[in-house]
Amino acid sequence: MVMHAHAYPNIEIPTPSQIAAVALDNEPDENGEQSMILSMGPQHPSTHGVLRLAVELNGENVVQLAPDVGFLHTGIEKTIETKTYTKSIVLTDRMDYLAPMSNNMVYVAAIEKLMKQDVPERAQTLRVLLLEITRINSHLVWLGTHALDLAAMSVFFYAMREREYILDIFEMLTGARMMTSYFRVGGLAWDIPADFIPTVEDFLTHFLPKVDEYEDLLTNNLLWKQRTLGVGVVNAADAIALGLSGANLRASGVDWDLRKTMPYSGYETYQFDVPVGQNGDIYDRYRCRVQEMRESVKIARQAIERLKQMHGQPYITDNRKVAPPPKSEITYSMESLIHHFKLWTEGFRPPRGSAYMAIESPRGEIGCYVVSDGTPQPWRVHFRAPSFINLQALPHIAKGKLMADLVALIASIDPVLGEVDR
Amino acid sequence: MGLEEKAGDLGIVTTTLEGVVNWGRTKAMWPMLFGLACCAIEMMAGQASNYDMSRFGLELMRASPRQADLMIVAGRVSRKMAPVLRRLYDQMPEPKWVVAMGDCASCGGVYNNYAIVQGVDEIVPVDVYVAGCPPRPEALIDGILQLHEKIKRDKITDHADGKPIRVEQAERGALKPLG
Repeated sequence: MVMHAHAYPNIEIPTPSQIAAVALDNEPDENGEQSMILSMGPQHPSTHGVLRLAVELNGENVVQLAPDVGFLHTGIEKTIETKTYTKSIVLTDRMDYLAPMSNNMVYVAAIEKLMKQDVPERAQTLRVLLLEITRINSHLVWLGTHALDLAAMSVFFYAMREREYILDIFEMLTGARMMTSYFRVGGLAWDIPADFIPTVEDFLTHFLPKVDEYEDLLTNNLLWKQRTLGVGVVNAADAIALGLSGANLRASGVDWDLRKTMPYSGYETYQFDVPVGQNGDIYDRYRCRVQEMRESVKIARQAIERLKQMHGQPYITDNRKVAPPPKSEITYSMESLIHHFKLWTEGFRPPRGSAYMAIESPRGEIGCYVVSDGTPQPWRVHFRAPSFINLQALPHIAKGKLMADLVALIASIDPVLGEVDR
Repeated sequence: MGLEEKAGDLGIVTTTLEGVVNWGRTKAMWPMLFGLACCAIEMMAGQASNYDMSRFGLELMRASPRQADLMIVAGRVSRKMAPVLRRLYDQMPEPKWVVAMGDCASCGGVYNNYAIVQGVDEIVPVDVYVAGCPPRPEALIDGILQLHEKIKRDKITDHADGKPIRVEQAERGALKPLG
């Protein structure tokens, strides 16, 4: 279906050059009022990274605005074309650096789809567990910085305190706090350490009451409500037309979560609810994400129960054409030595063709489109970055709002500029 | 603790002017609130409760470069961002210092490509490089303590000809105009 711009006449998204043109043609109107062009960012404490917004202001009101992105353009998609499939997993971490596991997941899942590669059940369960912990991790940073932007500083310290616990878990598992690179095509990089499951259980028990603590600070806080209730409303039709996803879409009352609607990694077998808002304002987005943290704990607990039954099962596929053999096997098996050598010097060769895989990242639908020409390097990899698509809704939402609300709006959309610019 | 113990009841401490000035500069650095990418999240973690960089005098992060004397380049610097970064550096008042946090800011890191400046020392003079991708908050704190040691060795005579030492460094360094 071809989408025409005029199909959505109420949605207008200006470009930075259009905003700049306003400055050139800036005559006072009959009431003597004159608009002003304000450049917000790329160095600004509330733009969550190096985002620049060209804002046309009339007094305190935003007449129109245009996001100017690309200040963090890293060339990740192009760099992936020069590396083997396995080597590029490291690069995917650094796009959405608040949720590296989700990025790993969508990338390896797209390759698995392309190669029709199965993943052992234990690896899938571990993936679900890690994805949910990542979701909590990402939402904690969102909550902390969102509250910080609206001058509620203690929430930031509370949220970062719990986040350190998650980072300790990641460090125990992978050796890195943030850039985990733990997923591999066909499974995971190595097995979990012995005390991993008790530590995660301990974290989940510790964490759940903390969510109530955050809510105590914010949910009924009069100042918080005044800054968020009824501010930055997006109705369901506009949210769909703008391509919003994740909590930004669900807050507008659209029940769309890829974990339910297009399940992957066995999500269809878990019991959990998808929090859906009604009004589509900043407050609803806040409520949705906070509730999502609780649901993530629920899913993680189910995954842990299953993992306890799966002790000793493989964490990666035994297809030696994709996953390297265990080191111990190399000492006596010639085939294993050859497989090891081929995988680490050349990499594997997926069949010619392409695959698109989408998962529900903390920010929304993150998609990965991989095109293979049959060589060990991908011919093209493209990421559908939810931050980028959510951010382009900002001009529509912020139009006519107050400048002070703009700060709250950016935080509630929760963009990660590393993912926007890639 | 500290001064009182050393000075006892004397009420008088003798030291050099250089020592006092440099001591003052190390104890209340105001970093610029300026994050670029992943490293900025670790910098935030460094400011938060578990690491608390304010123990080392980095209490205030200033959003305005004109109130800051330390620039922590936290993350990869793209070609589009480079002129902005240089301008922010120029807006900071003397004396000022730069910490290149992480591999990308130090040398380009994993991104040897068209988009990323291969080390922020191509555009601003760097005092301390902190390795890691991203460095742990402890590593950043260690880098800042190293910078403190460096500042303590500063000579006032370095600035005697009226020309700030940083400008000289910049002129000597590989500062090529971009684009």
